[in-house]
Amino acid sequence: MKAGRWIAGVLLGFALAGLALAQGGKLEIFSWWTTGGEAAGLFKLFEIYKQKHPGVEIINAAVAGGAGSNAKAVLKTRMLGGDPPDSFQVHMGHELIDTWVTTGFMEPLDQLYREYGWEKVFPQGVLELLKWNGHYWSVPANIHRANVLWYNKAIFEKYGLKPPKTYEEFFSIAEKLKKDGIIPLALGDNGIWASTHLFETVLIGTLGPEGYKGLWTGRTDWRGPGVKKALETFARMLDYVNPDHAARSWDQANDLIIQGKAAMYIHGDWVNADYLAKKFSGYGWAPAPGNYGVYDALSDTFGLPKKAPHRKEAIWWLELVGSKEGQEAFNPLKGSICARTDCDPKLFNPYLQWAMQRWKTDTIVPSLAHGAAAKESWLAAINDTMSLFVTNRNVAQAQNMLAQACVDAGVCTR
Amino acid sequence: MRRYRRVAFLLLAPSLLLIALFVYGFIAWTGWLSLTNQNDLFVPHVRFVGLSNYLRLFHHPRFLIDLKNTLTFSLIFIPGSLVLGLVGALLLNTGVRAEGLFRTVFLMPMALSFIVTGVAWRWLMNPTSGLNLIFDALGLGFLKSGWYTDPAVGIKAVALAAVWQLSGYTMALYLAGLRAIPQVFYEAAEVDGASPWQAFRYITLPLLTPVTLSAVIVLGHISLKIFDLVIAIAGISGGPAFSSDVPALFMFVTTFQANRFAQGAAISIVLLVLVSFLVIPYLYWSLRREVAE
Repeated sequence: MKAGRWIAGVLLGFALAGLALAQGGKLEIFSWWTTGGEAAGLFKLFEIYKQKHPGVEIINAAVAGGAGSNAKAVLKTRMLGGDPPDSFQVHMGHELIDTWVTTGFMEPLDQLYREYGWEKVFPQGVLELLKWNGHYWSVPANIHRANVLWYNKAIFEKYGLKPPKTYEEFFSIAEKLKKDGIIPLALGDNGIWASTHLFETVLIGTLGPEGYKGLWTGRTDWRGPGVKKALETFARMLDYVNPDHAARSWDQANDLIIQGKAAMYIHGDWVNADYLAKKFSGYGWAPAPGNYGVYDALSDTFGLPKKAPHRKEAIWWLELVGSKEGQEAFNPLKGSICARTDCDPKLFNPYLQWAMQRWKTDTIVPSLAHGAAAKESWLAAINDTMSLFVTNRNVAQAQNMLAQACVDAGVCTR
Repeated sequence: MRRYRRVAFLLLAPSLLLIALFVYGFIAWTGWLSLTNQNDLFVPHVRFVGLSNYLRLFHHPRFLIDLKNTLTFSLIFIPGSLVLGLVGALLLNTGVRAEGLFRTVFLMPMALSFIVTGVAWRWLMNPTSGLNLIFDALGLGFLKSGWYTDPAVGIKAVALAAVWQLSGYTMALYLAGLRAIPQVFYEAAEVDGASPWQAFRYITLPLLTPVTLSAVIVLGHISLKIFDLVIAIAGISGGPAFSSDVPALFMFVTTFQANRFAQGAAISIVLLVLVSFLVIPYLYWSLRREVAE
């Protein structure tokens, strides 16, 4: 009996000690980074965080699924249920603003921006996308470029080709290659966002950066001749893609370039990380046709939910994400460039160095397919339009649906 | 007797309460939601908008394609599973050797989740690999198809995978049904000089009707609610031009990707109505039969 009481006492002591340790703090980070370089980058950030703030237990609440397709649904359930993570990954721009900021779920981060002088190190184009109602709402961890033309060097050398700068050049090259049995353009749209992604580069190439940006504010007319021209160009491009595009994912489309079956691939710069992972070096890159001087950007950012259970630890996390040290550690692993303009290029591979150069000089526009340009319901409607258009190529129907989507989004009046 | 009734009620009360809240309560909530303007994460003034979500739905090209796809899917999936199941059961019932083994082999697909079989079929029906390569090797090139990547095939390819998965289940149902038919009927028929076909037509089939009916209900509600198989084979966008899309997938995307909750609720209610067309007559029929017995 006595022994039993003694043991109980010891156990209680241990339990209390455990509780005390656990009160060293916790940090729950929500993301969809579960594989490859992105997971490696995330763990690197965790490692640095633990060095700076020992005793904080980090809970990695990552949900697998490309482009966050599953994670966003889980996050919604948690946020609406009043159980937010301390900080979560969200695409820069309207995906964050329209989903969580205008609805009053987030805390403004102006204090952090002032304290660390981030207004000076992030480019103006990014600051504009992060800002809403005069406040900053999230901290960008990285920048990806969406409008890159990747090409198989061996094929280009064999036919004496140069990366096409305009759509005319693109189509003449494509025609030549097609005659010789080479797939001119790779596409993998078993997730329809890949088609939306290609279409957005055509919109940029046709309307120019200002015209493209105007689509999202109502200044550019969705029923106008520019959008019609873009749809026609896009339809023509689809004549040159691999016939099994609907069966392939974006990385399986990239395999066509690696195998030398396809010559060109217009996609985001995570393609570069895919080449590195698959040990392929026979590739070159250039801006997508018509996209010279424009940086079609998307960014993963982290914000601070109002009901974050561990606010102090979450702010430490945001400090790290926005810091030079954090960005220089994270991005070479993730295969993206820093959102900051002061990172050391020597840490990055040749493609990323090229992208860093452009980041400083190009006009920055927000990516549609990756949540920066339009809110989620608008993007879903555009994805629906693309699902039909890729198959039926009905320009009038597609333009009508796109215009309707803009009206539904509350941006356009007609 | 009365005391027993009170105890019975007490014992049932917790589950009744839970079902009332978590099943019927939420169905009612979904019904209300579908009549409001809650088409964003946060709507400042939630108000009644009548049937406008439904009206919009029935003008939405994607939803109309979905309904057509559901019909196509059901027309392949239900008869396909029934016929294959019946044939399998009849063959197994002839006293074939190693019956237990065959039964297990045919029933096995049902034990797998739709996601698992969906991924396997996605690979099998990939135009550049799987089935098409087998057909080529066998000199059956004319059978080659783009499968779910071809807008003209789409949902039919998905239905094939579903038939594969559930025909073993209907086989098991039919096998049990066949075993329940008393042998004396067949002996009597033989004495009366009936041919095997007549015995099948006038004894086996009529006595299997209850089994067929149950199978149609089970298969029918699967085909109306199918989601996981489609998402695994054709992806979340439902294949090119929505050729494999179904209402459940559209509902998921509308609710959880586009945040159009009221619109998503309207799709759910339409699905519920469709399923009740199937289930209510069945319940009516089986309850009446119980009373008759």
